[in-house]
Amino acid sequence: MTDFTANGPLPVTASPVRRDIGIKRRYAAERRFRLYGILAIGFGLLFLALLIWSVVSKGYTAFQQTEISIPVEFSEKVIDPQNKRATDPNVLMMANYPVLARDALAKELGVDLSDRVALKELNTMISNSVRVQLRDIVLRDPSVIGKTVTVRVLAEGNVDSAFKGQIDLSVPEKDRKINDRQLGWIHQLAEKGDLVKAFNTGIFVNGASSRPEAAGVGVALIGSFYMMLIVLVLALPIGVAASIYLEEFAPKNRLTDLIEVNINNLAAVPSIVYGLLGLAVFINFAGLPRSASVVGGLVLTLMTLPTIIIATRAALKAVPPSIRAAALGLGASKMQTIFHHVLPLAMPGILTGTIIGLAHALGETAPLLLIGMVAFVADYPGTPLQPATALPVQIYMWANEAERAFVERTSGAIIILLLFLLAMNIGAVILRRRFERRW
Amino acid sequence: MNMLSETAVEKVLERKMTNAALKMSGKDVCVFYGEKQALYNVNLDIRENTVTALIGPSGCGKSTFLRTLNRMNDTIDNCRVTGRISLDQDDIYDPSIDVVELRARVGMVFQKPNPFPKSIYENVAYGPRIHGLARNKAEFDEIVESSLQRAGLWNEVKDRLNEPGTGLSGGQQQRLCIARAVAVSPEVILMDEPCSALDPIATARVEELIHELRANFTIVIVTHSMQQAARVSQRTAMFHMGLLVEENDTDKMFTNPDDQRTQDYIMGRFG
Repeated sequence: MTDFTANGPLPVTASPVRRDIGIKRRYAAERRFRLYGILAIGFGLLFLALLIWSVVSKGYTAFQQTEISIPVEFSEKVIDPQNKRATDPNVLMMANYPVLARDALAKELGVDLSDRVALKELNTMISNSVRVQLRDIVLRDPSVIGKTVTVRVLAEGNVDSAFKGQIDLSVPEKDRKINDRQLGWIHQLAEKGDLVKAFNTGIFVNGASSRPEAAGVGVALIGSFYMMLIVLVLALPIGVAASIYLEEFAPKNRLTDLIEVNINNLAAVPSIVYGLLGLAVFINFAGLPRSASVVGGLVLTLMTLPTIIIATRAALKAVPPSIRAAALGLGASKMQTIFHHVLPLAMPGILTGTIIGLAHALGETAPLLLIGMVAFVADYPGTPLQPATALPVQIYMWANEAERAFVERTSGAIIILLLFLLAMNIGAVILRRRFERRW
Repeated sequence: MNMLSETAVEKVLERKMTNAALKMSGKDVCVFYGEKQALYNVNLDIRENTVTALIGPSGCGKSTFLRTLNRMNDTIDNCRVTGRISLDQDDIYDPSIDVVELRARVGMVFQKPNPFPKSIYENVAYGPRIHGLARNKAEFDEIVESSLQRAGLWNEVKDRLNEPGTGLSGGQQQRLCIARAVAVSPEVILMDEPCSALDPIATARVEELIHELRANFTIVIVTHSMQQAARVSQRTAMFHMGLLVEENDTDKMFTNPDDQRTQDYIMGRFG
């Protein structure tokens, strides 16, 4: 400043007016930029709202299931006509239980039991699962035979859809899945209060089924749980150990640069490639069973590792060097410095990265298709070595089903998956908070 | 603070100064960062119970020299040290020397206060814990209290030992770092511009503290402030462009230096 006055008058560079215009322009640019930002966020929120609205509006009905209460007469004539059950236990297993339910329904609606067409139509209104349901009642307590008990049975998928108003009644009767007479019965039952919508616990606990009313994500949930457990147990320690070594111990040279580039590339490899790798290595070479969640877990571990390593290295890098210097200066060994000071400070970042990786793995479908987890599994897997499916694969399979009732169940399963992802992300936030509170 | 009264400190020091034993000494110390040489054949002796100030313009190598004294340079990739640096006659770069033990004997206080993000108590107790200096809670309590007292921080923090060390003011944090260094009972304390991030009042507190610590420790301090060097040190070493320009009694250095470059630097003609 003083130099200018020493050199004579100020050179004419910028008049005050021009400077004002510059400032206005700068402010305008800033306002514009903020507007772009708000628009971008609004755009994102709009699509998120659209997604949630579309899934929830289609899927919320999946959490209700139409049930019919009918007084079923456990007639000995149908179950055990030759009275051999004392000697042959198979009799009770093989009895024609659906007939009991059908006849009960016919009686309830006042339909003549000799009208075969009507009986056939009635039969299609009750879910096939009634066979197992009634059989279980009899097997648990054979003394029920000869008595009449009111049982709540599942309505068949099309009845469920019709009762929820999802079937277009303007379609000609012959093209509909449910005819006018059946509709009349539905109304008749509903008016009596025998046909009601109840909370659908089945969708959470049942395994795969070709009948939508009896299908659930139970097996898929167990399969996904096993896989997440395997991913967590393998990927977290391996990933953290690899990151600590690379970040704190490894010399910086060509080799470690190469490793770093490769890890970053692996994070971007399409998941289907990991699926093929898993198929080749774990199933064909190592001989692990197909469709098993252990293979899925291993494949997802491979897929999640780069994500965890990258997140952990970033978290370790973010720990101020002054903390390391302080510990080393006190005479702590490198190991003590890392485990006493650096790792605890990096923990929130590591956990966030891990949970994001896990959430990613939870929603991964493509590699699981290749290792055979896209299977019809009706029974719960007792161990990770038994066949199972996963939540996203279950969604994929249901989305391919033709029946109307599977549409809402597909959306219902998506809601369940999203809830799990939400829970995991909330968990990440809580863990982060807890660790950060330790300053 | 005020563990020892002013006169008592002087008396102890006078007795020890007369012995003027060498605590550490560097012979032909050269330091390289990769291809770049940062120090050229530095020969410098550090006397026991003396505050030695290292001065010089930025980038002259004074911090580099300081960090060779407890081998903190080891943590920097491609840093290489030649020559001989000894602590009580032992070469500290000898392969048989354990760097962990060396740093327990030669402590360090950094330019920016860097307390651990833990409680005040844990900050001080950490060093003794990893070196096994205390066996039970009572012994830890004692070390923590005496260290904080030596750092003149006890009265300010005794009621909040469980609060985070990072919540203290800058000057208090730096004294906490000094207490943390003192807690391991080192023989030498290295200070790398310990007051550059502090305000004048906090600086005065730390300088007072350095003066008191001199009774029990050998101190090497890097500083950019001529006045600070003049106030706290007995010996001063002037570095310039990787060379040790002059080493002298502080009184002589600031009144009648032997070297023209020292004269120029102290007068503020360069640097």
